[in-house]
Parts: sequence; structure tokens; C-alpha cells
Amino acid sequence: MHELSVTQNMLELVLSEADKAGAVRVTSIKLVIGELSSVIDESIQLYFDMLSEDTKAAGAHLHFRYIPASLCCCTCGKDFPKSGSNFTCPECGGWARLTGDAKDFYIDSIEVE
Amino acid sequence: MSVTIKMMQKIMRNNNEIASENNTYFHEHGLRVINVMASPGAGKTSVILGLIEILREKMNVAVIEGDTASSIDAEKVSAVGIPVVQIDSGGRCHLDAQIIREAAEDLAAHDGILFIENIGNLICPSTFNLGEDLKLVIASVPEGHDKPYKYLAMFEAADIIVLNKIDLKPYIDFDEDSFRAGIEAINTKKAPLFTVSCTTKSGIAELAQYLITQNQR
Repeated sequence: MHELSVTQNMLELVLSEADKAGAVRVTSIKLVIGELSSVIDESIQLYFDMLSEDTKAAGAHLHFRYIPASLCCCTCGKDFPKSGSNFTCPECGGWARLTGDAKDFYIDSIEVE
Repeated sequence: MSVTIKMMQKIMRNNNEIASENNTYFHEHGLRVINVMASPGAGKTSVILGLIEILREKMNVAVIEGDTASSIDAEKVSAVGIPVVQIDSGGRCHLDAQIIREAAEDLAAHDGILFIENIGNLICPSTFNLGEDLKLVIASVPEGHDKPYKYLAMFEAADIIVLNKIDLKPYIDFDEDSFRAGIEAINTKKAPLFTVSCTTKSGIAELAQYLITQNQR
């Protein structure tokens, strides 16, 4: 549900960038969402459709690039992407730790006309 | 004609900027700030009240209470004579840096520890920095040992983890080893884990002592 305020922030950033560029319409927005950012793409889309109505970003297509969290095996040191709630190393079966990346949530780029 | 504009802009930037100003404000007023987060009913208010009993002998303590619709928690804190500001979040699922700035100015606390009791929720509050020094995350035995595995962002962000209601362990199928392994896998900061019970008071003194030590840093 916090996606409402998150989407509001995102839309403000996009509109101010579009204004700076003198654009009349935003046609697409590329977003990058890390698994540890606690943001759900479907909710962003839902709130975006509501909030962007009557703005120059109305109807813009949202593209999401998802970054899974990575794990590092405590035994053999192998790095691998997290899948489900499994924390065991595919190589040696050791217990792995989160490496703490995938916190990002940012606007990569926008397309404007 | 269509043009691509590279932005590379963090969406939480506005909130993070205000949070950083809050942190400066808190330090100018001699406050160490602890953002207390947990699911509803895990014992946020009870842990804060338990800590107040010990900490108030040594320093000023104040509380900002976030609640979605009532002032029940703020009244409990006020009843023990501690300065408290209630934020009625009006159904919102988290506190943000701006709302904390306003509450901190109303509270006018100084030189001591300020607890911020966040909204009961293990997801949304993890996204919003408030300008705190420490994030204290509480899990409780009846919630089950799988919480760290399910709420990665929250347990990853924690500086201190508290396992509350430890007195209920004999009655509940709670695998403490699995809980601890999850914390070790997810929390890269190696946050200390305190097992406490607000009913028997076990572990509260140790947690208070840790906060006192952190406050002297």
C-alpha cells in the first residue's frame, strides 16, 4: 500500500524531468526494482494509472526491470541469485547469506515526445 | 519525435533528503533516535514501556507514536509521564520523514533517547528512512520462526533485532534455530538479537544496557 506514496514521488520526478525537456507527453517510463526495495510492480501500475490521469504522463507505458537479491555461500563463497526462500548453495549445499544489494528502486529513463 | 531521457534517479530521494535533515536536527538536540518496527501485536509499545522503566533513570526519554486510527498507545506512554506525540496516520501503512519532522518539532525533546513507534507492518515502513540512528525490529514467538525469510527487506535493514514473548516458547511450535539462521542469512550488518519477554521482564535490562552503550557512542 506504500506504493501509493512511492508512485506519487515517481510521477513527480518524471513530470519535472519532462517539463525540463519541454516535452508534451511522456510515452514510456523504465523502472528498476530490486527485490529488497519492497515495491510491487502491479501496485505501481495501478496507482500510476490513477495518479497520472490528466497529466502529460497519462497512458505512459511502464517497463519494470526486476533485480533479484543475491546470496553468497558462507562455505565455498559462490555468489548466486536468490530463488524463493532457499538459502542453500547450489554448488556445495552450504548456508548462504544475503549480500545486501537489490535495494535499488529507481527511474532508469523515460521516453518523451 | 520521441526522445529518451536517461534519469537514473532514486525514487525515494525526496524522503531520504528530509530524513537526513531530520538526523541533523536530532543530533543538534542531543537525541539518539530509534525507529521501532514490527507487525501489529508483536509488542512494540510493551517493549518501549519496558525500556522506559530502565532508561528514564539515566536519561530523558520521549516517544513519537504512529498509529493508524487511535491514541491507545500514546495514552499508555503518557500515563507513565513520558513526553509523547501521537501521529494519527489516517490509515496510512507507514511513517515518512516529513511527518516525523513535524512531530519532532511539536515534541521539542532533547538530550536523550527518542523512540519512534512505527505503524504495525513488516513491509512498508522498511522503505522509508525517518532520520533515525537505529532501526529496531521486533518479532514475536507466536508469529512463527519464518518471519525473517518472508520479510527480507525489514530484517535486512535492522540494526537491532528483538525476539519478544519468549515466555510463550514452551507452548508454541517455534524453531528458534531456524529463526536465528534466517537472521544470520539475511542481516548482513550482524545486528545483535535480544530475546525478551515483556511479561516476565526477562532480557529487557540487557536490551536497555545495549541502548545505553550505543547512546554513549
